[in-house]
Amino acid sequence: MNSNKPEDSVAIDVQSVTKIFKGETEVLALDDVSVQVRENEFFTLLGPSGCGKTTLLRLIAGFEHPTDGRIKLHGSDISLLPPNKRPVNTVFQNYALFPHMTVAGNIEFGLEMMGQAKAERSATVDRMLALVQMEELKNRRITEISGGQQQRVALARALAPHPKVLLLDEPLSALDLKLRKEMQIELKRLQHETGITFVFVTHDQEEALTMSDRVAVMSAGKILQVGSPRDIYDHPTDRFVANFIGESNFLNAELTKVSKGKGMIKLASGAELDASLPSDAPAVGPVSILIRPEHSQLTKRSSKAPLSGSIDNIVYFGTDTHFHITLETSEAFTVRTQNKPGFEGAFQIGDQVSLTIEPDAVQVLKD
Amino acid sequence: MTQQNSSPSMKTAKEVEEFARRQDTKNRLLLASPAILIITLFAAGPLLIVVLYSFLTAGDYGNVKWIFSTDGWFSVFMQRDIFDDTLQIADAHVSIFWRSIKLSLLTTVLTAAFGIPTAYFIATRPLSQRNLWLFLITVPFWTNLLVRTIAVMELIRGEGVINNVLRWAHIIDDPIQMMFTDFAIAFGMTYVYLPLMVLPVYASIEKLDFRLVEAAYDLYANRWKCFWRVILPIVKPGMIAGSILVFVPSLGAYITPRVLGGGKNLMFGNLIELQFGQGRNWPLGAALSISLMVLVMVALLYYVKVSGGDDNNEHR
Ligand SMILES: Nc1ncnc2c1ncn2[C@@H]1O[C@H](COP(=O)(O)OP(=O)(O)OP(=O)(O)O)[C@@H](O)[C@H]1O
Ligand SMILES: [Mg+2]
Repeated sequence: MNSNKPEDSVAIDVQSVTKIFKGETEVLALDDVSVQVRENEFFTLLGPSGCGKTTLLRLIAGFEHPTDGRIKLHGSDISLLPPNKRPVNTVFQNYALFPHMTVAGNIEFGLEMMGQAKAERSATVDRMLALVQMEELKNRRITEISGGQQQRVALARALAPHPKVLLLDEPLSALDLKLRKEMQIELKRLQHETGITFVFVTHDQEEALTMSDRVAVMSAGKILQVGSPRDIYDHPTDRFVANFIGESNFLNAELTKVSKGKGMIKLASGAELDASLPSDAPAVGPVSILIRPEHSQLTKRSSKAPLSGSIDNIVYFGTDTHFHITLETSEAFTVRTQNKPGFEGAFQIGDQVSLTIEPDAVQVLKD
Repeated sequence: MTQQNSSPSMKTAKEVEEFARRQDTKNRLLLASPAILIITLFAAGPLLIVVLYSFLTAGDYGNVKWIFSTDGWFSVFMQRDIFDDTLQIADAHVSIFWRSIKLSLLTTVLTAAFGIPTAYFIATRPLSQRNLWLFLITVPFWTNLLVRTIAVMELIRGEGVINNVLRWAHIIDDPIQMMFTDFAIAFGMTYVYLPLMVLPVYASIEKLDFRLVEAAYDLYANRWKCFWRVILPIVKPGMIAGSILVFVPSLGAYITPRVLGGGKNLMFGNLIELQFGQGRNWPLGAALSISLMVLVMVALLYYVKVSGGDDNNEHR
């Protein structure tokens, strides 16, 4: 999906990394995780709280070391290097700005530690301040600027040494909605302008979909699926992924044919439909399938339709309307249709209806 | 709030405001009155008495005669030769001042040298252990100062623990003379005042956000740079507080130098005590007390100015 990018070389290669925290009880934070982050891409780790996103990021940054497995940066093994020896910088969730330094002092810190000459440092600091539009606040103390401004300083500080990879741990979660939207655009712009590989952590699916080149969905210490936002949304191969991102209809069906990565499924009504298969395709037989609510349309009752049922409930949402339907197989199904002005809708609660399914809308799940 | 109780006549907003303001001032004075009373009774009052006494004449058997005199202040720095009555600098006093300053500084440095690593150690223990460590640090503080000082004496005297161990190990043959030296005083004061350094430093290290340390490492700082550029500046207020808490009582210390320093190695506190006791020169004692206070204040102002400076200057 990302092949339109000029370079597809791998920036970070996480190879079967396991992380166990040993304490009073052992916590398996990462369970045999393998993932590749490509150069120059905006890569997002998405998952619910406690799934191991921060842990993976800290392993890449060098604050933790893997219990098992290796992490490579541009081909060389960095698993055992301390953080100050890795050309990787972090934007911390709470920003972790040095409270006893000015805005400029914070941005300059990394450059100074790298041993850059004073003149060069000042030039870089000014360039970074311009990049995040903070020139006027150069000499302010960190305690004298707002949360959004601190966010920008944290970004500038981490970008100043021009790392190979920038790690961002939920950098926007402390901001209010408006600022957050602004910063999402800002981050994309920064990534584009600097050409640095971004690894971004969030538990907000919308944020992940709008910003990323590719998304890795995590759960309970594992990466379940990696792909472009479109891929992840339209073709989730896992029930958890489908549920975590967007709304889903799950149905039982029978996989009747598998050929060249495409499959054919048969619904209870006898209708046969093309279906996308997960990478490790299941065998022919009973499977679960997923259809997104907006990939289906209501029609008048017809015996040839793939799905039929009755409307239980209609919920108006402004931009669209949700129809809750009980299928003849007594499975629940939701259809989402976009509202058009002045159009009341032809269906009422209790109506017997049929459903059409758009091409390429059926996804077979792994389980 | 109070409008209902006041006269029924219409009031302008301004009047109401003025009334509220006056009421407010009154309330504030009322609330502050216990504090004001205590400050007058226990701080300003005695201080005024001391200032007053320093300008009176010494009585024959202690106490003061109510005759104005600057003799007390005069003798703080000057003395008349016993034989030819010429004026000289009071070098006995000057050497005592100097020793007090020297030993207090030494004590501050020593408590910092031992106290800061201790505080760091405690602050990096798991939460459940920290209180135990803090408890252990403060336990000696609950014991009488005299008893603790005598315990130190047990350690360092000729037949004391240290000398016995050293002799038993054949490192020395004759006991080392530690009692009644400046070393003994500094050693004793360091022991006695150590908690006063550990506690504030601990408080500031505990507050230190270790994510800042991670951020420093992330930005290519090594351990040393990280300590010097990030940890130290942030913990500095605690260290300043600790230094002040140690330096000030050290300068006026009385029991420790008396017990461990013997009669020769007087410090400021002993000199003052002498004037109110055997010396029977209360005005001189009072003048010395005030000199000590001024000395402490000047030292503090200087210290805060030097060490509390804006640490960002180096970045500009
Ligand atoms: N230092 C640690 N010691 C013990 N367990 C830890 C440690 N750090 C993380 N864990 C555990 O590892 C698991 C993964 O934690 P992690 O912080 O990576 O989650 P996360 O995905 O970042 O969650 P969130 O979205 O809430 O930040 C959790 O169960 C957590 O309790
Ligand atoms: Mg996290």
